[in-house]
Amino acid sequence: MLNGEVGEGTRMAMELLVAIGDAYDAERMIPITRAHAASSGQEGDMYFVELLANGDASCRVPTSTNPVYDIEYFESVFEIPKEEAEVARRVKAGYKQVGAILSWCCIPYIAENIPNYGEIVAFSESSATPYVNSVIGARTNREAAQSALAAGVIGKTPEYGLHFKENRRGTFLVKVEATLEDEFDYTLLGHHVGRQIGYGIPVFTGISRRPITEELINLCAMLNTSGAISMFHISGFTVEAPTVEDAFQGDIPEDKITVTDHELKRVQEELQTTSGKIDLVMLGCPHYTLKQIGEVARLLKGKKIHSDVSFWVCTSATTKLLAERMGYVSVIERAGGHVVADTCIDEPCWHAYRDKVGITDSPKCAYYRRFKEAIVAKPQDCVEAAVKGERR
Amino acid sequence: MKRSEITLRCHKIVGGYGEGEALVSHEPICFYLTDPKTGMVREKSHELEGKNLANKVLVFPSGKASSVVQIDGLFKLASNNVAPTAMIVKDVETVLVVSAVIAKVPLVDRLEEDPFETIHTGDFVKVDAEKGIVTITKRVSGYTSA
Repeated sequence: MLNGEVGEGTRMAMELLVAIGDAYDAERMIPITRAHAASSGQEGDMYFVELLANGDASCRVPTSTNPVYDIEYFESVFEIPKEEAEVARRVKAGYKQVGAILSWCCIPYIAENIPNYGEIVAFSESSATPYVNSVIGARTNREAAQSALAAGVIGKTPEYGLHFKENRRGTFLVKVEATLEDEFDYTLLGHHVGRQIGYGIPVFTGISRRPITEELINLCAMLNTSGAISMFHISGFTVEAPTVEDAFQGDIPEDKITVTDHELKRVQEELQTTSGKIDLVMLGCPHYTLKQIGEVARLLKGKKIHSDVSFWVCTSATTKLLAERMGYVSVIERAGGHVVADTCIDEPCWHAYRDKVGITDSPKCAYYRRFKEAIVAKPQDCVEAAVKGERR
Repeated sequence: MKRSEITLRCHKIVGGYGEGEALVSHEPICFYLTDPKTGMVREKSHELEGKNLANKVLVFPSGKASSVVQIDGLFKLASNNVAPTAMIVKDVETVLVVSAVIAKVPLVDRLEEDPFETIHTGDFVKVDAEKGIVTITKRVSGYTSA
């Protein structure tokens, strides 16, 4: 393949995989069943996908894509600089040309591209890598958008790291004494633990209720944003950890941290960076599920969002379609909000909010700093702030 | 000025040949935090802040920051012809490999001697990634680097 008899795009993809294999001393390439490319609409992303597309590469296994933004929707609301919109259009066209699944969604593992237990895959994107490893028990290494796309095009990946069972054992014990009531508590837990341990495979003990999908999504996104964590175990609940001994594949290490209500409260206070008038509310980082959009609709029913506040919920096209069918979108729009598909909070389409104060339920969204100030609070508090026009 | 030449074996990750003056950073580097037009490092309180990595042989421990910004950062430097000519690292990970492949910058690791002891800013370094050889021409006295 490296000699180019299969086309320039495929040769480039293979060259990239060989370089990664060399870096990790991989002995061979192994087949994958699916991939997720964390496409981003940046110039580097555009360069690589166009190189593959123009070199006649096409995906050999199902390969889904991350959000860029819904160009037409935003052009109807704001001025989008022509050059910026052109990059987004070309990125989208490139992924279409290589035959990727045009999911434009950062949580494809719940609807558009779902691995099963034990599948070898190449999933980039912060919440996706730990989710498929830990919750589903598929096997992926930490990928960049381009290495995942290259693996999708070749249908293979170099064998190393988390492909091997022995590298999937826990490295750090996290004793949870805090009460975890809702998805926001899992956001705080992920943010705190990611920052504390940085990398490795944390094993959570002391969690007594089975976490729901939305809680796991948030835990994954934050562990892999404040830290570089591609896998974790929750003793008693995640697939490779029926017991804490299973999670560690034997000896339980000395190293541990304990997380109490006190720590999570402190993290929450630290994330409330300011108070007073707000200009926008940003929900859906990671993309909101149908359940979360339904909850926003319930909270907004019969209410009006303050006239000075822009209100946004980001989700996938699949979920938006269902949310429309369920009547959630019309409730949110009647209240003055937007539900937008295919869009990430870290894209140039948000230029208009550069100097604005926002509130979000996601520290990941706040970290990207697409606006001047970003307060992080529970989703229901974000909705309340939207109606009042301020956060106390 | 006294000169001496040292030849060391290394491990190829991304092939090619590059040479230039060495620029050594003991801290990880995020290419997004450089000026894409000039190659000037603008990360606040980084040891290379204000230094220029254009056309240098960059010696550093590892990359840092999210894949999107890191890859885009090195790609933009390469598009403007102000990327490093080669990179010598200690700890390599996928994002740095992808960045180097896309920007077409030779990348090597596992020098047979600790690069931070053997190579100093201002030395002249040739990296032949294909052959797995790094050649260092020391500049011992009377030299201060830009």
